[in-house]
Amino acid sequence: MDHHSLIEIEAVSKHYGPARDGVLALRDVSLRIRAGEFLSIIGPSGCGKSTLLKMIGDLLAPSAGRIVVNGKTPEAARRARECGIVFQTPTLMEWRSVAQNIELPLEIVGAPRAERQQRANALLDLIRLREFAARFPGELSAGMQMQVSIARALAFRPAILLMDEPFGALDEITRERLGRELLDLWTKTRVTIVFITHSVPEAVRLSDRVAVMSPRPGRIERVLAIDLPRPRSAATRDLPRYWELLREVRAALGLNEPK
Amino acid sequence: MRTLDWNSEMRLPTFVRAHIQYILIPFALGLFLLLWETIIIVNRFPAFILPTPREVAHSFGANWQSGIFPRHLAITLFEIGLGFSIAFTFATSVGYLLAKSPLLEKIVSPYLIATQAIPIVAIAPLIIIWINTGSVQNALIAALITFFPMLVNTIIGVRSVREEYRALMRSYAANRWQVFAKLEVPAALPIFLGGVRVGITLAVIGVIVVELMWADRGLGFLINFAQGHLDTPLLFATVAALSAMAIGLYLTVVFIEKIILRWRRSVQ
Ligand SMILES: Nc1ncnc2c1ncn2[C@@H]1O[C@H](COP(=O)(O)OP(=O)(O)O)[C@@H](O)[C@H]1O
Ligand SMILES: [Mg+2]
Repeated sequence: MDHHSLIEIEAVSKHYGPARDGVLALRDVSLRIRAGEFLSIIGPSGCGKSTLLKMIGDLLAPSAGRIVVNGKTPEAARRARECGIVFQTPTLMEWRSVAQNIELPLEIVGAPRAERQQRANALLDLIRLREFAARFPGELSAGMQMQVSIARALAFRPAILLMDEPFGALDEITRERLGRELLDLWTKTRVTIVFITHSVPEAVRLSDRVAVMSPRPGRIERVLAIDLPRPRSAATRDLPRYWELLREVRAALGLNEPK
Repeated sequence: MRTLDWNSEMRLPTFVRAHIQYILIPFALGLFLLLWETIIIVNRFPAFILPTPREVAHSFGANWQSGIFPRHLAITLFEIGLGFSIAFTFATSVGYLLAKSPLLEKIVSPYLIATQAIPIVAIAPLIIIWINTGSVQNALIAALITFFPMLVNTIIGVRSVREEYRALMRSYAANRWQVFAKLEVPAALPIFLGGVRVGITLAVIGVIVVELMWADRGLGFLINFAQGHLDTPLLFATVAALSAMAIGLYLTVVFIEKIILRWRRSVQ
């Protein structure tokens, strides 16, 4: 089961705007994402990372190519609620309490109140914010709001968690802490994570594999296996292999200074 | 021994400080009325130029007891209520459609803006010719100026929903009704209710203007009548009643608004 690919992206291109003079955001992208893995996508701004994620989640249709999500078309997968999505901003509803925000997806499917509350409480325990259940998003820090946003995305028990630069707007300290929390949550739920980031250390710290994209029109430049032992901790950064991998990802991004 | 605390010496009792507005507002009003009365006594203005507050109060009392005020007030209130309801229904339904369809908005908005650019006194005669049913016609004319801010705020409110929220609802495979009830309505409410506040004041203005110009009933007519008979105390009394009514309506809307926003937070 470990190497069964959960998401298959085959020769996908995406063109925005009119056929003649629009923007070619992605060109001929192919990628297989395995069930249960933590895969990061890294690349310069505007290379089409968000576009790729949106196509997996069926928020956008590809111009060419084929995407299969858990054996279904993206549309069928969305209707089956296979993907939970987390954006860069927490996107919480300010008129709903924290618990009610997490319950929203379950309300949409018409789950009974008792079941919703039970699930919300379990998720709040998972992110260790149970005591904030009755608070409103405006009363939470940016990091806590993001945690709630992640918990909400898990409400359906989706097979896949699509995360578009979720920690990009957070300070470095919060970012590291939420990274650790996310790994913890990933271990407990075994959800497959597709994680977009700008940060090379973050990608290396968290992932099983890192897909490096080229500038627009985006292509997958390289896919690097991050063979660092798990569970990862602060000590992971003391390993020489960690620094080697950082260098390799940076090289694939064309960031290393020429010798 | 008490230590000398300059602050606590200067402080008013807590109860008084918490309710200071309820002392200062009547105090300011009383001062205003006193000043008014003094100016008249000093200048010896006759009542038809500027009546004293007591003469105004007397006129109000007499006309209230004779049933004139209650009757005209009821008519005006009815017209405001009807006009506001028509405007509200139109603004919310059409506003939502226009918010969802930028193309429709481009096609329709020139006409909607035109209704605001043409002075109400220029359109009113036409409506009077067409409808000519007293209160309904007055309410319709008032609705014509009342709907606009509510329409605009409905559009702005619905459009204020960020694309990511819609994407989120899409990822939940939410249906149209769920997007409307769980996202668009609560998100648009604060902006929309701002439009309702403006709307209710415009409804008052609309009805009064129409009554002033064309009607034979209502507070607007009463102002006209008082002017024709040089009954300045009645004129003042009517304007005072009108102001009190407008303030009352506005505060009612603000009160309902508070209840709705609290409900938005509790009921889902
Ligand atoms: N709705 C859109 N219409 C036109 N161009 C778009 C649209 N969305 C994104 N693009 C363009 O496509 C390219 C890729 O965008 P995006 O996927 O957001 O990149 P990234 O997430 O990697 O920063 C960018 O050049 C952007 O300008
Ligand atoms: Mg992006």
